[in-house]
Amino acid sequence: MTTTLATDRQDERLQSREGLRGAITDVIERARGGDLGVIPVVVGLVVIWAVLQVLNPVFLSSTNLVNLTLESAAVGVIALGIVCVLLVGEIDLSVGSVSGLSGAVLAVLFVDKGLPVWAAILAAVALSAAIGWVYAQLFNRFGVPSFVITLAGLLAFLGLQLYVLGTKGSINLPFDSALVNFAQLAFVPQWLSYTFAVVAAAGLFASGHLHARERRRAGLSARTTSMLAVRSIALLAVLTFVVWYLGQTRGVGWMFVLFVAMVLVMHYLLSRTKWGRSVYAVGGNVEAARRAGINVRAVYTSVFMLCSSFAAVGGILAAARLAAANQSSGAGDVNLNAIAAAVIGGTSLFGGRGTAFGALLGMIVIQSISSGLTLLNLDSSIRFVVTGVVLLLAVVVDSIARKSRTSHGRA
Amino acid sequence: MSATQQKDSVLSLRGINKTFGAVAALTDIDLDVAAGQVVAVVGDNGAGKSTLVKVLSGVHSPDSGTITFDSKTVDIPSPAAAHRLGIATVFQDLALCENLNVIQNLFLGQELRPLRLNEVAMETRSWELLRQLSAKIPSVRVPVASLSGGQRQTVAIARSLLGDPKIIILDEPTAALGVAQTAEVLNLVERLRENGLGVIMISHNMADVKAVADTVAVLRLGRNNGVFDVNDVSVEDIIAAITGATDNVVSQRRARRKEGLS
Ligand SMILES: Nc1ncnc2c1ncn2[C@@H]1O[C@H](COP(=O)(O)OP(=O)(O)O)[C@@H](O)[C@H]1O
Ligand SMILES: [Mg+2]
Repeated sequence: MTTTLATDRQDERLQSREGLRGAITDVIERARGGDLGVIPVVVGLVVIWAVLQVLNPVFLSSTNLVNLTLESAAVGVIALGIVCVLLVGEIDLSVGSVSGLSGAVLAVLFVDKGLPVWAAILAAVALSAAIGWVYAQLFNRFGVPSFVITLAGLLAFLGLQLYVLGTKGSINLPFDSALVNFAQLAFVPQWLSYTFAVVAAAGLFASGHLHARERRRAGLSARTTSMLAVRSIALLAVLTFVVWYLGQTRGVGWMFVLFVAMVLVMHYLLSRTKWGRSVYAVGGNVEAARRAGINVRAVYTSVFMLCSSFAAVGGILAAARLAAANQSSGAGDVNLNAIAAAVIGGTSLFGGRGTAFGALLGMIVIQSISSGLTLLNLDSSIRFVVTGVVLLLAVVVDSIARKSRTSHGRA
Repeated sequence: MSATQQKDSVLSLRGINKTFGAVAALTDIDLDVAAGQVVAVVGDNGAGKSTLVKVLSGVHSPDSGTITFDSKTVDIPSPAAAHRLGIATVFQDLALCENLNVIQNLFLGQELRPLRLNEVAMETRSWELLRQLSAKIPSVRVPVASLSGGQRQTVAIARSLLGDPKIIILDEPTAALGVAQTAEVLNLVERLRENGLGVIMISHNMADVKAVADTVAVLRLGRNNGVFDVNDVSVEDIIAAITGATDNVVSQRRARRKEGLS
């Protein structure tokens, strides 16, 4: 063994935990202390998939899972925005309406006014970003609670959506447009999907390896190369299997790839940039963040604008998938599904805790329930009830974990 | 004695006044802090200690009076200005984010490489700072929520050292701590002195004051009520100055000394 201990391993109270075993022990210990991470959502997903598969053998078929990935993208993107606002300890209840409005604006500009599709998309996203900016001003200047502001927004922008759609109430997007094509028919060629999987695994290994080397040079402890290899190979195995299985039918949709790409970008921004750090800090202790010189108002503004922009993108994807924008776009369970996905994915309602990947995992849970119940021919009344119950369960898990953190001194 | 500025002082206040509406929170306050000196500021509730800290940390501007830092007359209009000058403040509530780990708290607001955080450099620097304070923190990658009160105080003090300050102000650093943790923090103050920093320590605890301070400055009703060398003042005398029997104390002491001499 090495003779000199790493700088961060010198305290004699630290138990040395190396290799795979140590990593597993760490995870168990953290979970006991209430730092559950993605454990509940993974467990939940396995249970839900098992139950739904037993109830209807079609559920885990390749066809259905391909559908599931495509259906999850739109609301998943909205959930990504919800993760951001929840991280600063606030909420946006109007994402459904804003997504509906943005779909309507897109349709009017693109179909009725004949604007190029990129200009229509840009306009819809810009309008929604402006909505987020207004929310942030109301929040920062007058201190109105965000749930009240956005509850008002929920109604107001639903009204605006109906107004924009006019008396027709529904606008169809042309089937031969690139947008609809992208959402309904664009699948990644199988060879490219496999390439993505390999690139992801290699990237994970390379970044882990570089980081470990940098740490060792600085005299800090680091993951061993074999640990990094195991991790990357595991990822490669999972991704290859997913690609192979989805490839039995239509394969991986570009829309789902877009969603995953957004998750990755948000993951980077939240975990590897100064801005991300300030988001977690504001959610953990606003006063501390302010005293540390963080521009707290700017953080709130960025987060509200980001959330409505994601809602807009989600609304556009939903319209593209449906090939139409109508009065019920963004209505019904969109709002609740997006919030549920974020919370189920481990984002705390109390602020300061959660990850971008949570939105992805949580969305897959929500979409699984929705798709499973649709397959069982149960109507939306039961779907609403079940989704509500699952959301409640997630919130209860969040609250219990918080209590456990407090009693284990990890609040 | 306080009217003549001590030559070696890093920070000198002269005739500081601050009123809030009709309340004169600080009247004609003088204070000197030298490098490697620990000045305890004591006083009853409402004596103006926190207001003094806020004036020095740029939270409040004084109505009149001069602040001399490094032999230059300065203004401290904002917390950032205090930080730039080299005056660091650890407030009583510490202002740590419990959900973030020790490194993240230490570098909060001043992260290295904003667009691709340099975690390795920040962790290395964190260990340096903590070693410099001989701090007993087993891991810097645990959330601050899991640390003890003394360890949190350590993190807060270590954070204030990041900008290489010359003066560090501690507001009631031991108020919420048990015996062992108080000792830990007092050790820390000792370490700061050894590293050549000027320390202003607000305290209610006479034992702590006697243990680490070089000089005791008493505030009473917003005014100076005596500056003592900690070695030739008894706890009773300090308490008398805090509670108001001052004129007598000072004169009594002088009288006693004179008697002793004659
Ligand atoms: N922001 C403020 N507005 C009005 N009065 C204040 C303010 N801050 C302090 N004071 C008053 O100034 C006096 C000194 O207060 P403070 O400095 O907090 O005392 P200490 O910290 O010594 O207990 C008190 O009478 C207090 O009420
Ligand atoms: Mg006070």
